[in-house]
Amino acid sequence: MTNELYTGAEILLKSLVEEGVKEIFGYPGGVILTIYEALYNQNDIKHYLVRHEQAAVHAAEGYARTTGKCGVALVTSGPGATNTVTGIANAYYDGYPIVVFTGQVGLNQIGNDAFQEADVVGITRSCCKHNYLVKDVKDLQRIIKEAFHIATTGKPGPVVVDLPKDILTQKTAFNYPKTVKLAGYNPNYKGHPIQIGRALKMLSEAHRPVIISGGGVLTSGAYKELEKVANMLKIPVAHTLMGTGTFPSTNVLDLGMLGMHGSFWANYAVSHSDVIFALGTRFNDRITGCLQRFARDAHVIHVDIDPCSISKNVKADIPIVGDVKNVLVELISQYEKKPLNIYEEDKQKWLEQINEWKQKKAVPVHTSGKLSALTVIKTLYEATKEYNPIVCTEVGQHQMWTAQLFKFNEPRKFITSGGLGTMGFGFPAAMGACAAKPDTLVLNIAGDGSIQMNIQELATCVDYGFKVINCVIDNGYLGMVRQWQEKLFHKHYSQTKISHPDFVKLAEAYGALGIRVEHEDEIVPAIKRAIEAKSPVIIDFVTEECEMVYPWVLAGEPLTKVLLSNDC
Amino acid sequence: MENFHTISILVTNEAGVLSRIVDLFSGRGYNIESLTVAPTIDKLYSRVTIVTGGDEAAIEQINKQLNRLVPVIKVADLNIKEALEREIALIKIQVKDEEKSDILRIAEATNAKIIDITDKTYILQAVGDEKQIQALIELVRPYSVKEFVRSGKVAISRNNQFTNLKNL
Repeated sequence: MTNELYTGAEILLKSLVEEGVKEIFGYPGGVILTIYEALYNQNDIKHYLVRHEQAAVHAAEGYARTTGKCGVALVTSGPGATNTVTGIANAYYDGYPIVVFTGQVGLNQIGNDAFQEADVVGITRSCCKHNYLVKDVKDLQRIIKEAFHIATTGKPGPVVVDLPKDILTQKTAFNYPKTVKLAGYNPNYKGHPIQIGRALKMLSEAHRPVIISGGGVLTSGAYKELEKVANMLKIPVAHTLMGTGTFPSTNVLDLGMLGMHGSFWANYAVSHSDVIFALGTRFNDRITGCLQRFARDAHVIHVDIDPCSISKNVKADIPIVGDVKNVLVELISQYEKKPLNIYEEDKQKWLEQINEWKQKKAVPVHTSGKLSALTVIKTLYEATKEYNPIVCTEVGQHQMWTAQLFKFNEPRKFITSGGLGTMGFGFPAAMGACAAKPDTLVLNIAGDGSIQMNIQELATCVDYGFKVINCVIDNGYLGMVRQWQEKLFHKHYSQTKISHPDFVKLAEAYGALGIRVEHEDEIVPAIKRAIEAKSPVIIDFVTEECEMVYPWVLAGEPLTKVLLSNDC
Repeated sequence: MENFHTISILVTNEAGVLSRIVDLFSGRGYNIESLTVAPTIDKLYSRVTIVTGGDEAAIEQINKQLNRLVPVIKVADLNIKEALEREIALIKIQVKDEEKSDILRIAEATNAKIIDITDKTYILQAVGDEKQIQALIELVRPYSVKEFVRSGKVAISRNNQFTNLKNL
């Protein structure tokens, strides 16, 4: 306890230190100059200056995804704040913890349309877990404590704290609260043991069970428990895009990804299952396909810490609100106390059926003599796997190919925008990964469209030595949209052919390394050069224009209607 | 099956809570039939009463989504059988001399009160459940109704389970 008084700006930084924050991403501006002055006078927190506020928030999310800790972004009022909205929404959809501090005009100016004023709390209300406007400097430390608590507990998500200019100069004592008191916020971590017992019985007796592993498995860190349950009860595991890396691809029970671009056999297994054990997934339309025809014979056991996810899309027969890890630990303990007959023969037959389906693979479409994107991504995987890299992606065809072709045997290695589908996410998220894990190889697999959405961050990477290797699958099109136009809009490629500057020269202009690859035999040498480089890299893989992502379940179709090639 | 539900929401009495609730309804495409909000006996908390329509799944989602809001402490979907509901209506009627006795009779028959009288107008106040208010509307409709103001619903459960505000 001390009676010394500190300004709001100083209290903000002292609170961040209390929360264990060491790195933040931000961009200064008029109303938050006092915070930047306070930053200048301390050494506890490292600030990374980005080139666009959206990138600051994505970087904070990349940091959070890599470490499991809370990411932090700091921006000014008005446009600084409105530029963060996409980043906030992205973290909200995928459930990653970040706290975004936005500047605000002085309290007495709010509502007067002051210079660089925006109603940040109003604008971000529907795309964040919670938000605050600080109205009294005495509330600041409590609000920051609550913000970090809300962001990191329950289903994690973004919290926005709006800081009026005058709050930052007013003084008060600093006594960081030890606990939070929020009557309306009490996430339920422990699943109901009776429900878990019912689930265990249903899973044991099932003939054709499937586990769907979602992002919640990653958040709760339930990988070991998941593998144990799968092995124990002989249940195959499909994962959602957000669940990538939660189940080792080396396990024979692994089915890979399900959904729109998931494997044929994962989609077939889920569709023909009699029991689905859904763990930490929202049953997004990209994994269910046509909802009315989704797994019609299946009983659904749904575990999620967010009650809203349960029975929102797919009705749960056994709902279990709780943290996936706790629920699985309880399930294992119940089984070990009193093992049940798991009808191993039936389950073996089911696995054999799935193995038959595993013969059905997508047929690559590759017509011209140009480089195949599939070859590039496969080679990237083979050439980098010994480094165990963190792989970020943008959004589009390259993202789906990466999800299909890279094999992940551990979590927090695949960083991609799932729910919101944000082009321009991957590159800044990769910066966040670099800041968090400076010794790990970080790839950003991108399209030539999406890389241009936050390309300015090359400057940030050069400044801070973030060695992101941007692997651009350059097919001259917004490839995923082009793919839909080819199949669904009579090959009318309306506004999907897209140009870009010479990526090699662009990289060089920024002080990064640019490499162009046009032939198969250049892929590996280029990757080697990139890994050895001392700077960030863009590798421009000039690829075939018309490659398609298969398997493909068209939007609104059932999961059993899997297209495997252009001939379907 | 679409049904109307009366949802009673206990919230912390702070700026922006109502916006959060209303945004949730508009953002997720739920309807608000009526809405009332006022502080509870303890001014730290407010009570929001919303009448909304939807099938069972939608109502379940509305309840869950409301619970997810940080300032929301308790959500109760009040069952009509176990709850008392009231609304209030104020009706200004331009009355000719020969109509005055009619209006007085209507007021008496429906338990409405005349709360203001001028040469040309009567103001009726009616408190009751939705059916009672609706009945009164039909009775006064033939007359010259100049202004009609109706509150949203407030509702209170008759059961004996309480949320103790002091323990929050």
